Amino acid sequence: MSSNLLSGAKILLHCLTAENVECIFGYPGGVTLPLYDALYDYPIKHILVRHEQNAAFAAQGYARTTGKVGVCCATSGPGATNLVTGLVDAMMDSIPIVALTGQVSSKLMGSDAFQEADTFGITRSATKHNFLVKNIADLPQVIHEAFYLAASGRPGPVLVDITKDAFQAQAHYVPVTEIHLPGYKVYSEGHAGQIRRAAQMMWEAERPFMYAGGGVIAANASVELRALVEALDAPTVCTLMGLGALPSEHRNFISMPGMHGSYAANMAMSGTDLIIALGVRFDDRVTGRLAAFAPHAKVIHVDIDPAEISKNRTADLPIVGDVKKVMPKLLNELNDLAAALKGKNAGARQAWWQQIQQWKEENPLAPIQSETEIKPQHLMAEIDKLSGGRAIVTSDVGQHQMWSAQLIRFNEPRLWINSGGLGSMGFGLPAAIGAQFARPDKLVFSIVGDGGFQMSIPELATIANHALPIKIIVMNNGYLGMVRQWQELFYNNRLSEVALTSFPDVEKLAGAYGFKGRTVSSVAEMPQALKDAVNEPGPFLLNVKVSPFENVYPMVPAGGALNEMVLRPPQPVEV
Amino acid sequence: MQQIISLLMENKPGALMRVTGLLSQRGYNIESLTVARTFDPTLSRMTITVDVEPSTRAQVIKQMSKLVNVLQATDVTDGPAVNRELMLIRVKTSQPNRTAVLKEAEIFHARVVDSTTEGFCLEATGDSEKLDEFVDVMRGYGEIEVTRSGMVAMSLDNKKLRLSAPVPLGASAEEVLELQGAD
Repeated sequence: MSSNLLSGAKILLHCLTAENVECIFGYPGGVTLPLYDALYDYPIKHILVRHEQNAAFAAQGYARTTGKVGVCCATSGPGATNLVTGLVDAMMDSIPIVALTGQVSSKLMGSDAFQEADTFGITRSATKHNFLVKNIADLPQVIHEAFYLAASGRPGPVLVDITKDAFQAQAHYVPVTEIHLPGYKVYSEGHAGQIRRAAQMMWEAERPFMYAGGGVIAANASVELRALVEALDAPTVCTLMGLGALPSEHRNFISMPGMHGSYAANMAMSGTDLIIALGVRFDDRVTGRLAAFAPHAKVIHVDIDPAEISKNRTADLPIVGDVKKVMPKLLNELNDLAAALKGKNAGARQAWWQQIQQWKEENPLAPIQSETEIKPQHLMAEIDKLSGGRAIVTSDVGQHQMWSAQLIRFNEPRLWINSGGLGSMGFGLPAAIGAQFARPDKLVFSIVGDGGFQMSIPELATIANHALPIKIIVMNNGYLGMVRQWQELFYNNRLSEVALTSFPDVEKLAGAYGFKGRTVSSVAEMPQALKDAVNEPGPFLLNVKVSPFENVYPMVPAGGALNEMVLRPPQPVEV
Repeated sequence: MQQIISLLMENKPGALMRVTGLLSQRGYNIESLTVARTFDPTLSRMTITVDVEPSTRAQVIKQMSKLVNVLQATDVTDGPAVNRELMLIRVKTSQPNRTAVLKEAEIFHARVVDSTTEGFCLEATGDSEKLDEFVDVMRGYGEIEVTRSGMVAMSLDNKKLRLSAPVPLGASAEEVLELQGAD
């Protein structure tokens, strides 16, 4: 045998090296044995998680923090099926990850072999695209196509299922110099005429409003967004996926819109005459009842995915393109037209800003505090102080996620890491692992509820293993709080299966893994407990017992219009 | 309404699954679907008829176009296009009716592809409505059995096929060569 023949496993690792993969989050198994054997001699870092779902979430944490493609790996059958939630999650939030899965030998496929599952079929709708590799000759091309598809256009997860015999076969490694996907189209430039018309509409609007989302983060276009916002001087919201695209402290920022958005954001969205939508998809959690959404507004919609345009809300002026490329062109056109049009509506614009200021003052997103119990909002405000808009915050899903989004500042993009579209509980902790590997220099808070935390406890071992200095803050209200909130409001307060009793003693739990944990329930001690956690050089598990019945407001009830938001809990009626 | 879509796609494993999966995932009902290779064996042409709300027609095409293996998705509902369907129909008929059945077949330009003492097997092509009528007529002569191909459509528009150019990979392939030497 010629000495430069390589196994499929090694060829795969060559390709990953060529793609500058630093680390893989994974879990080995039977059919990936050849891969893990090859990995033994390779410089690529492998992080052994404790459940494959968390490999996908950690890869996402890495990808969301850096913008690079995250990589996760699992064996056939149960390994692959365990990845599925993480893949769908990445699909919903357009996060670039590549999942590598082992498959039984091609000769055994279809025979219901041990640990065989139809991964290719199962993950069809969970991925942007997927591949099945049975032949070593196809492997390099497919791997590079997978990375290209994951990262380009509208990013997303791509899965490559590789049979055991393809890992084991021997072949000469021929580097791939180009990839050819004739049917895969990326529209990035934006139509020049449309952009010019958009700029004109922007100057002519009396009450313009900018609606920026996850697409701005994905495109690394925060600088371009800021320039555009300042040129037009329009009030701007960032969606749950877009927080940090414009600094939270920017004077034009009026917080998050939607179901638990700010009063000013939702009122402005309902009152505007022109929405400039940038890298967003008019999600139902943002629009509320679609028929009543922004009734007076024309819509300019910039998105790289043509299928998002006019999917939910018809765009009056669609621009298919990459916000990173379109926004500077829009800015140029704005500047060109400024002499003729700027100031045309100065009076109306001033009145619009006054109105927005008034909304902001009427109902600000202010933290609530109590002397007797820790209000969850108070907890978020204290975390915000420690972060100063600079820390990475990964969140799980539920009430704590909404309070974090409302009350913690993000002055840079890629600091706020959460499961937006799919809303996967158990996301926050493994995502923090990926984030901390990507940014060892950063302070990482993982804010989780007592429900989601208990879905990810196994990963405390991974954190301990690598001594990752993640600050795990459990906002513990003893309930599946968001579900309970809906039961209170819409199901006659019949609290069915939402109480989470038997929460473990975190001091013992963290201690069992060899790091520190603490429970705090006193309002007076909470701020210092947070500081102590941050000052601890290693990981820290802080269990914060908050007032159990606090609910998230403002709130647009499902099916309600944005301007019909409920601002505060119904007050008990005096008898 | 019925929307007719013509798809040109790469003949790759799982291609059909991607199309049918997408349609069911997005809640579009498939009325018929035909697929076969084109003169280029690496490509397949698919004609799909789906039952959709008129307002979602554009969305269906956009979603189809997003499939990586789809080279072109065209809405041919409003033409200009030729739509045809092939039908095989077996008619059991009594001896006295045989001549009448053949007369009817002639009117519908159907061909006899098999003849037995029991009856005929006929082949007919045409647009779907015409075939529906033929079925109705044949039913009058006795027990029938029908297999239809589903609609195949050919657009008469000169829509240019736009394909993406190959994308060069970064210089990192060179590094890998070195790595290979070190192995």
